[in-house]
Amino acid sequence: MTDGAFASALRVLPEFLGYHVLLSAAALALSIVLSVPLAVIASRSPRLRWPLLSFVSLVQTIPGLALMALFYPILLALSLAWERLTGEGFSALGFLPALLALTLYSMLPVVRNIATGFANLDPALIEAAHGVGMTGRQRLRRIELPLVAPYAMAGIRTAAVWVIGTATLATPVGQTSLGNYIFSGLQTENWVWVLFGCAVSALLALAVDQLLALIDSGIARRRRGRIRAGILLLLAGVLAAAFTVLMPASRSGYVVGAKNFTEQYILADLIGQRLEAAGHGAAVRSGLGSAVAFRALAEGDVDVYVDYSGTIWANVMHRADHPPRDVMLREMTDWLQRRHGVVLVGSLGFENAYALAMRRDRATALGVRTIADLAGPAPRLTIGGDYEFFVRPEWASVRDGYGLRFGRMREFQSTFMYRALVDGEVDVISAFSSDGRIAADRLIVLADPRHRIPPYDAILLVSPKRARDGDLMAALTPLVGAISIDEMREANFMVDRPEGARSPAAAARWLGARIAAPVGD
Amino acid sequence: MANPRPAREEPCAIRLAGVSKSYGRAGQFAILDIDLSIARGSFVAMVGHSGSGKTTLLKCINRLIEPDDGAIVIDGEPARTRPAHELRRHIGYVFQGIGLFPHLSVAENIGITPDLLGWPRAEIAGRVTELLDLVELPTDFGARMPAALSGGQRQRIGIARALAARPEILLMDEPFGALDPVTRETLGNACRRLHDRLGLTTVMVTHDIFEAVLLADRIVVLREGEIVADDTPRALLIDPPDEDVRSLMAMPLRQAKRVRALLDGWHEGGAG
Repeated sequence: MTDGAFASALRVLPEFLGYHVLLSAAALALSIVLSVPLAVIASRSPRLRWPLLSFVSLVQTIPGLALMALFYPILLALSLAWERLTGEGFSALGFLPALLALTLYSMLPVVRNIATGFANLDPALIEAAHGVGMTGRQRLRRIELPLVAPYAMAGIRTAAVWVIGTATLATPVGQTSLGNYIFSGLQTENWVWVLFGCAVSALLALAVDQLLALIDSGIARRRRGRIRAGILLLLAGVLAAAFTVLMPASRSGYVVGAKNFTEQYILADLIGQRLEAAGHGAAVRSGLGSAVAFRALAEGDVDVYVDYSGTIWANVMHRADHPPRDVMLREMTDWLQRRHGVVLVGSLGFENAYALAMRRDRATALGVRTIADLAGPAPRLTIGGDYEFFVRPEWASVRDGYGLRFGRMREFQSTFMYRALVDGEVDVISAFSSDGRIAADRLIVLADPRHRIPPYDAILLVSPKRARDGDLMAALTPLVGAISIDEMREANFMVDRPEGARSPAAAARWLGARIAAPVGD
Repeated sequence: MANPRPAREEPCAIRLAGVSKSYGRAGQFAILDIDLSIARGSFVAMVGHSGSGKTTLLKCINRLIEPDDGAIVIDGEPARTRPAHELRRHIGYVFQGIGLFPHLSVAENIGITPDLLGWPRAEIAGRVTELLDLVELPTDFGARMPAALSGGQRQRIGIARALAARPEILLMDEPFGALDPVTRETLGNACRRLHDRLGLTTVMVTHDIFEAVLLADRIVVLREGEIVADDTPRALLIDPPDEDVRSLMAMPLRQAKRVRALLDGWHEGGAG
């Protein structure tokens, strides 16, 4: 890929690694704190043993990403209840769901190993503990826990490796981690970043495992020095992570949100670059899910991001009608301000609408020029969509408006969706009108004569807590109406093209240079 | 069976009255209505076949097993008046499985009960040295881990641990069962010397009649949870109360005779 990929990966390493370490350490610590008493209870009470071990095993069977996703609605409900109670809610995104999911996820090896340790205790030693006059608590502290410690350490080592690996999945729920390399690398086909993320997370897991092994051997050989050295080094790592992560935040940085596709990375970088050029701190929180992004903004976890009018209209406002563009924008601005206190700064000037795209040759062969032409051949065709498309109201609107009944529907990560179309695995895909790959892959976008797809103007949204932030507004306002669809496509293609691809940051710099208005003063 | 000896003037170290313990749903009795008084300073061996209830009876004394019924009085004080763990800290106990704590050093194992009693560190250290000496082991053994010791050395440590808090009563559950015959005899004799020297009241459970006869002042024979004989070794050897006890007690005599015969035969064969 580009010569800059590795350098750009290194530049964000302290931040990504710092968050990753903090999240993993917090989850592991919480897991240990919860697991030890649970395992003791399980070993003391045969009646509770089975349900407890079954529960922690059951949690393990849920895929890590799904577990994190599940915590979002639970936490959201809790946050709303808490808000009603105290007047102040908490964020259901980011650190909290990731922490809870990872904690639950890592409890199995710890609980099970400790329970096994207890089960393997020699009954003669328990009797001896009684015989020398120990109370129940003394027996636990002086005899049982030290003898179970090696089992517990084995469980903790397994849990640590799991947690560090699984923490990469915290990125989609809005928690920065080493997963940011993997998810954004996958999105922009930046394999250097994907590999970099995997390698760093593997190295971190290995290093932590070695330190835990040091503590383990210290326990086994009764060497206090080893135990102390291991614990101190682990603590030093966590402190260093906390230091790197918390320091930049203290420079009063803005948080720029980005959903999980190329255009969003570029626009977030563009906003970030403008803020930095104006002398402010800015951090990009990328890889947010589409629904996650708006909530993060409304809750103030993210200060600014770019969304699309049709998305807000259908998914946030739950409107099914299709008023003209200017009416829609006006109503939306009012509604967002009234309901959430969110400020709609304005449109960037281009549209990124859902569209149905086909390979030119395939469309010609089938005689398809508009979506209406698809109704006939659809039962013989396969349509590919990204993970969201088929559950979105836009798809229902198109499907019902044109009476589309495709033979097969497949979901893809968007990079692979384009590959599948080019390779002929699917006949039609859900594309985005500003996508650089439309031109690059020589695709045609099918016309929408019945206007079933609402407009998707790119709009700048600012969180309620930054609504009166003059500095932010000053940096953002010049962007309104400043980016044409061709410019955006070209910027997107710079990142997505197979040969000589650039980083989103480089594309953002190119785009920034094209915007006439100078930043700041 | 009632205690055949009349109660003497000297106070009893241990007195059991009407003690019963049953196990399982069937309610089968491990021991039934046991009356037993053990005089201060005596060395009592409890013998009987497996399942006769001798170990259950021993564990009732320091409440490792709580009896269903009956009263246990230690040094004139009912055993239930204080928490079980406090009672146990004042009664030495030597385990069948030795039960040294593998994660603690020899010194830590020996010093555990004094530590639980809150003795000062220096006093515990002094006591550990004293006890290693008492069980005839070098002082530097204190730093070793139990895994690095032989079976006989481990049981010496087990005895030292039982005696650490200067108890007046020592309970031993098949203490030499897992040892080789030579070690077994050496350790048995060492134990008896300690008993005499420290003025202990010792109750030892064993299935080895030889051991019982050679070490104890008094042998209590149990069968199916009841005491069927209780007297000095000599009295039981000469005049056992029933056939069963006779055959039990006859074993050491029979073995001794066989050994004697073998030796004589060997001598004759060797001479001829």
